[in-house]
Order: sequence, then C-alpha cells, then structure tokens
Amino acid sequence: MSLEKDRDPSTELRTPAVTNFVAAAEPAAPEGPASPVRKFLQARGSGSVADRIFIGLMLLCALSIFGIVLFILMILVMRSRLSLHQFGFSFFTRSAWDPVNGDFGALPFIFGTLVTSLLALAMAVPLAMGVAIFLTELCPAKLRAPISFVTELLAAIPSVVYGLWAVFVLVPLMRDHLGDFLYKYLGWTGFFEGFNFGVGLLTASIILAIMILPIISSITRDIMLAVPNSQREAMLALGATRWEMIRTGVLRNARIGIVGAVILGLGRALGETMAVTMVIGNHPDISKSLFAPANTLASVIAGEFSEATGDLYLSALIEIGLALFLVTIVVNAIARGLVWAVTRGTPSRIG
Amino acid sequence: MSTNPFHTPPATSSDPGRRAPTNFQTRRMQINTARRWFVNHLVTVLAILSTALVIAPLVAILVYLLYMGASSLNIAFFTHIPAPVGENGGGMANAILGSGIVLLLASLMGIPVGISAGVYLAEFGRGKTLATAVRFTADVLNGVPSIVMGIAIYSLIVMQQKHFSAFAGGVALAVMMVPTITRTTEEMLATVPHSIREAALGLGVPKWRTVLSVSLKTASPGIITGCMLAFARVAGETAPLLFTAFGNQFWSFRLDQPIAALPLQIYVYAMSPYDEWHRLAWAGSLVLIVMIMVAVTLVRIYASRGILKGAS
Amino acid sequence: MGVGINVEHLNAWYGTTHTLQDINLNIPANHATALIGPSGCGKSTFVRCLNRMHETNPIARATGMVKMGDVDIYKDAQPVQIRRRIGMVFQRPNPFPTMSIYDNVASGLKLNGFRNRAILDETVERSLKSAALWEEVKDDLKKKSGASLSGGQQQRMCIARALAVDPEVLLMDEPASALDPVSTSKIEDLIFQLKSQYTIVIVTHNMQQAARVAENTGFFLNGKMVEFDSTHKIFTNPKDKRTEDYITGRFG
Repeated sequence: MSLEKDRDPSTELRTPAVTNFVAAAEPAAPEGPASPVRKFLQARGSGSVADRIFIGLMLLCALSIFGIVLFILMILVMRSRLSLHQFGFSFFTRSAWDPVNGDFGALPFIFGTLVTSLLALAMAVPLAMGVAIFLTELCPAKLRAPISFVTELLAAIPSVVYGLWAVFVLVPLMRDHLGDFLYKYLGWTGFFEGFNFGVGLLTASIILAIMILPIISSITRDIMLAVPNSQREAMLALGATRWEMIRTGVLRNARIGIVGAVILGLGRALGETMAVTMVIGNHPDISKSLFAPANTLASVIAGEFSEATGDLYLSALIEIGLALFLVTIVVNAIARGLVWAVTRGTPSRIG
Repeated sequence: MSTNPFHTPPATSSDPGRRAPTNFQTRRMQINTARRWFVNHLVTVLAILSTALVIAPLVAILVYLLYMGASSLNIAFFTHIPAPVGENGGGMANAILGSGIVLLLASLMGIPVGISAGVYLAEFGRGKTLATAVRFTADVLNGVPSIVMGIAIYSLIVMQQKHFSAFAGGVALAVMMVPTITRTTEEMLATVPHSIREAALGLGVPKWRTVLSVSLKTASPGIITGCMLAFARVAGETAPLLFTAFGNQFWSFRLDQPIAALPLQIYVYAMSPYDEWHRLAWAGSLVLIVMIMVAVTLVRIYASRGILKGAS
Repeated sequence: MGVGINVEHLNAWYGTTHTLQDINLNIPANHATALIGPSGCGKSTFVRCLNRMHETNPIARATGMVKMGDVDIYKDAQPVQIRRRIGMVFQRPNPFPTMSIYDNVASGLKLNGFRNRAILDETVERSLKSAALWEEVKDDLKKKSGASLSGGQQQRMCIARALAVDPEVLLMDEPASALDPVSTSKIEDLIFQLKSQYTIVIVTHNMQQAARVAENTGFFLNGKMVEFDSTHKIFTNPKDKRTEDYITGRFG
C-alpha cells in the first residue's frame, strides 16, 4: 500500500512535504570515563530515608493541631473534675456564686454571655452588612482600598485597648448622657431601670459590637465577592434597580455564607474577654435592666481566677472554661462549615 | 381610553394587521417604579451611613489614643520601670522587654510547628481526608477564646511548676500562633505552580529537598507575611498571659519567673485607681497600636508585591 | 554517551482510566526517537513513565518493564536515581523564579549537594553552550533571574539545566510547542547536535518536526502504540492504515 500509488490529486490531504529525512547518527565515540558530575550523582543515595524522616516530621506537626485540641479538652476536664462531681449538670442551671460557702452555679454568666453576645450581634450585623454591601457593590474603586484597610485595622486593635477606651470614654458617656436618654425614651420597656454606673450589660454589648463588626463584614465581603458576576448582570439586564440586583442577585445566592459569617461573629463575641471584663461590672446577677452590672463566662474567669482560693473555686472556674471551650468549638465548626460550603474551603482572609 | 395596558387598541386604518405598542407607563406602574427607585436610594444612603458609622469609632479611638498617649509618652516610658505608687514618672520599659521575650519564645516554638504543618497540608496531604480534617480543625482552633488557652496552659504548666513563668506565657501564645501560621503557609504554598516542583523532581532532586529549596523558597514572601500577621495578633493578647506570665513590676530576664508584658500592664493600670498609671496605660496602648499598625501595613505592602514575585 | 531503552508490556493507569495499553518498543541509543499522535493519546504519559515522573501523581499506576541498558528502572533503582540519568524537558519552560540563571542551570547539581565551585562553573558554561544560550547570557549569569528571559531562552535554559546533570537519556515533551518559530528551529538544531551524545525521545504534535529531527518515529493512538519504525518508512510507506490516516491529516 504505497502512498504514491494511491494519491488522489483531488483530495487536500497530503503527506508532510519533507524530503531530507534524518540520517542515522554518526557512531558515537566509545564510552570514555564517566564525568565527575555523573560519578557524583550516581554515588548519591536516593534520599528515601531523608524523605521519610521529613514527611514524618511534617506529619507530626500537622497532627499537633489535633493534639492541641485534645490536650486542652483533657486538661480542662481533669482540672474541673472536682466541680463536676460536686454539682453535676445543675452547675449550669443554678444561679449561685458564693465562693465563701463553696456554692457555685454558672447560670448568671450564661445569661450575661447570651445577652451581651446577642445584643452585640443585633447591633453589629446590620452595620456589617451595610459596610459589606457598600464596599463590594457601591464603593468607587479608589475608596475601596483605604476603607477596607481601615476595617482591617479595626480588627487588629487588641481587646485591652478597646477596653481602655471603653473605660475612659464609653463608660462616662453611658453614665452621664446616653443612660438618661435611653431611660427617657425607652424606659417604658423595663430594660433601662435601676442605677446606671456606666458599666453593665449595655456598655459591654456596645464595645462587643464594635469588636465583632470587622470580622462579620470582611467575611461577608469575601462571600459576596464569590458570587459570580453573571448573576449580577442577569438581574441588571432584567431592569432591576441596584438594590434589587444586590438583594436577589448577590445576597440571595450568598445567604448561606452570610449566615456563616454572622455565626462566626457570634463565636467571637462569646469568647471575647478583656474589653468585656473591663466594662461589665463583675457582678454575678441576673437582672432585666441593661444598665445592671453582670458577668460573662469569659469575664468571670478573667476577673476571679487570681483570687480563686480553694480547689473547688478553681475547679468551678475551670469548668466554666471547659463549657466556653466546647460551646465556641461547636459554634465555630458550624460557622466555618457554612462559610466553606460557599467559598469552597479557602477563604482569602484568616478570621 | 382604557387604563388596561394589555387592551389592544383597534388597528389603524392604514395598516390593519399592526397592533399598537403596549402602554407601559400606566399610573400604577409609574408609582411602582418610583417606589423601587426610592428604596434603592434609601438603601444606598443606609449603606454609606453604616460605613461612616463603622469608621467613626475607629477614628475616635485612634484620635483619642493619639491625644492621650502622645501627651504621656516620653523617653522615660521606654527606659524606666514603673515608679512606686503615688510617685510620678516611671515607664513601661520592663513590660516592653517582657513582651519581647515572651513573643520571642512564642515565635521560636510556634512558627516552626505552624510552617511544618502548613508544609504537610500543601505538599503531602493534597486530597487526603486527614489534611481536610487538619485544615478544618485549625480554622476552628482559631476561634477558641484566648482565655481558654490561658487557663489550659495554666493547668498544664503553672500548676505543675507551682509558679508563673515567662515560659508558660510563651507556650500559651505559641499555641495561638500555630493554627494561623498553618493556614497561611498552606495557602501560600498552594500558589507555587506545580510545574516548578516537577522541574526539580525531574532533575532527580529528592522530595524533601524540593519542598525546602523550591516550594518554600518561592513562597517565602507570603509565608513570612503570614508569620508577621500571627505575630501581630498575639502581640496584643492579654488573656492568655493573665495566668501564665502573670506580670511583674520589675525587670525580669528569667524564663522561669513571672514577667511583665505590655498588654498585661495596660490592663492592670487601666483598672487601677491611680491617674499616673492611667497615663502610662494610654502611652502603652499607643505603642502597642503603632506596632500593630506597622505590622498590618507591612503585610499589605508585602502581600501585593510578594505574591506577584513568587508566582511568576 | 547514551543508552537504549527497552519497553515491554507497559501499562499505565490514572485512577481507573487505562491510559497506556501494552506498549512495547525499543528506543535505540544515540538516536532521536519521535513520538507522534493526536492529543490525549498517551504520548506524554508514556514519556513520563520512562523517568518515573508519572509516580508524582498519587492516583497514577504502572506495570510492565522498562529497562535502561540492563537496569530495570522500576525494580533495580529508586525514582530519584533514575531521574538523574534520564533528564526531562517540559512543554512549558519552568525555570525556578527565585534563582539566577547560573543557579537554575546548576540546580540539578547544587540541590543534590554538589559543592565543587570550579566544576560547577565549568558545567554551567558547557551546558549553556550545548543549549546554544551561552553567548546570550554569559554576562548576566548571576545577575538576572531565570524567569526574566524570553520564552525561547527560558526553554533553552531548561534544556541546559537538564543537560547539566549529564544524563544518558533526554526526554522532551513537546519542547517547542509553546515557542515561536525562530526559537523552535533553534531547539530543533540543538536536538540534532545533542543526538551524538545522548539518546533523545521527543514527543511532538508537529509531524514536520518529527521528520526533521528523528530517525525513528512511533505513532500512538488511544493509549496503544500503533506503529514504530524509521521515520522515513512511517511518513512514506506506513504499514497501518491508522498511521496513514493520521499523517495525511484525516484526523488529529
């Protein structure tokens, strides 16, 4: 079957037009002594032992992450055994805190934590959404970098500095001005009664709101940016106003992730310690008024740990720490799971 | 004239087959459209307002800090230890040094472990379930309150040794650095193109050497950035140090004794009744914030340059 | 000097896909062998099996025998050792971005622990000359980064880098497909000259290129090797109809 015979001039297929095919190489020179490079390389080992050691070390360090979580869990359980034995589960449903008589119940702190966190969320989430929407959809390009830089800075300010500012600026503001204002207009709700010393649930909630705002905002931004532009364009092509485009084209798609961002903010609020400790009043009581001093799970540990005389007292505080640990782990796991579902596992910012 | 937009007007005599265009501008539709645009503008205003409201506290805090801190800062702040109660003057030099020592300890312990874990995730763990589990756990660990870390390390080290120590403080901060550094290292290594690794492997370079000299070297700007971020984050942490390093009014260079730290000192002074100590707290806060702002800014600059450089 | 490669009953899988099916061929020493075939037919996989690079993919698997000289590269040696004797040039140039030109070319030696400065200098010079790049970069060896060269120069530098470790076989996976015609012809000239010292296997899409540089050609289709013969025979009088269809342009 020779091609020359079969060639049909009418077809456009042609063999490659090559005539000077490669000739066989000249016989190679006889094999001389191997070059020093070749000798060196052939004498080198395969490095498989070093490889195994290396992978082992890296794996060990990766497993240390599990180790850290397990270790914290174990040691907290160990050291709170005393309190666990003594009070059992009712530790979290009783409202007592009497170090002198050795009677401990953490309900007031659960109350304080919940009230401050939820109130902070209520204040922070709308604002964070506003900022996220502004930065991703409405902001002129030149302003975007400075403003997002500013929010990043907000996130980087240490808790104790927020606390310092709150003690010397927010508390007097609360005590001298805001408190009266709130009592006058919202006193009928019953949430603003009693003496107002400036420290208390409301002040703590406000500073907490300021602190969790950046993280909710930046993760919401990441999620909104993950929504493909085609969604936005589709809405605009249908004649939607810009807000309608944002609402249906972006926010609806990003719903799950935004819920995740909010829960992350909640997780942050639950564990926030220093600023809250400095302005919450350190009083183990449950009260309806937002002016009342109180305590959160985190702030009672920070405030009373150094004064914990007696094993039971210490054990009770460590048990509170254990509860805080477990709750934040669960909340964060749920939140991260939701955020992962939307951004596929690699958020561009570390929370 | 009918107000129903879908009522087709009778055909015109000149062109019997042609239907007149639908009237979209009925009263009802005009009101609807106006309402929609009103809502749109309202939301825009709200968004701008909320952004301003968010920026306001930051500006307020910074301005107040600068004002209060700058008037309190002097050379003595950086060179003297706190004066006895009631006396003026003094500084936080011991706290600055103490923070430095504890942070150095934390970095020495936390950075190698974090980078190694990140290397494992990026180079050896791709696609394995173990790697996914580690990654997820690291993210969750990032959310554990720092006070919990503090009392855990207290229970482990301080209770055993029966004294507070700089070492315990270092361990507490190191444990906080590890998850952050792990994730940033992994993300930076993922940006190294696979073709470069293949080039090294194709030359007969063993895998461990490839990771060290090619992957890590190429991703190093980003990895360093991640370490700086983690460092800045733990530099301002107070809670983990409360019951580990504990604080110290005097100079301390030993690792097995309580040691002062800047955030700790600020906390103690802020809650004290002495004006002089309040003044020092403001000054200390200013120093802390400036340090952290410098780190965040450096990270931003480095990030925009470094990633481009490493991945070309 | 080069050595020949003997392949018997080579099968390869990526996960569950049977990418290579019972490949048998004999690559003669000191010759250039071209492998042609349509996209996705397994040519690259085959070549990567020759220096065990396919193992870097965790879901890849191979069975069969590949012998280099009288060394069974799967049974008698570790991948790292094989790759020092069988070098590879990839489709897209992949210089190390953090290293200078000198360090790039010397990387195969330096990263394996070679320290002798004099021999390194000499090897780098010799390799760059073999790759016809010496004149263009000799003044900037340590100043310029490897990634700052043009595409064609980068590929020649990658060839120099592969040559620096003094391999016996050189595998080239479509080395010129990402380059402009001028660089392509420079590289083809290179292959021509390198043949006398090394055994070369070149994968190419470009049949003219195969005809220009290789004495033998193998035609791959759907994971099987359809025909392997002298280039002249393949292009003028192929035995298999599928080969004829391919080279006359009916598909691919």
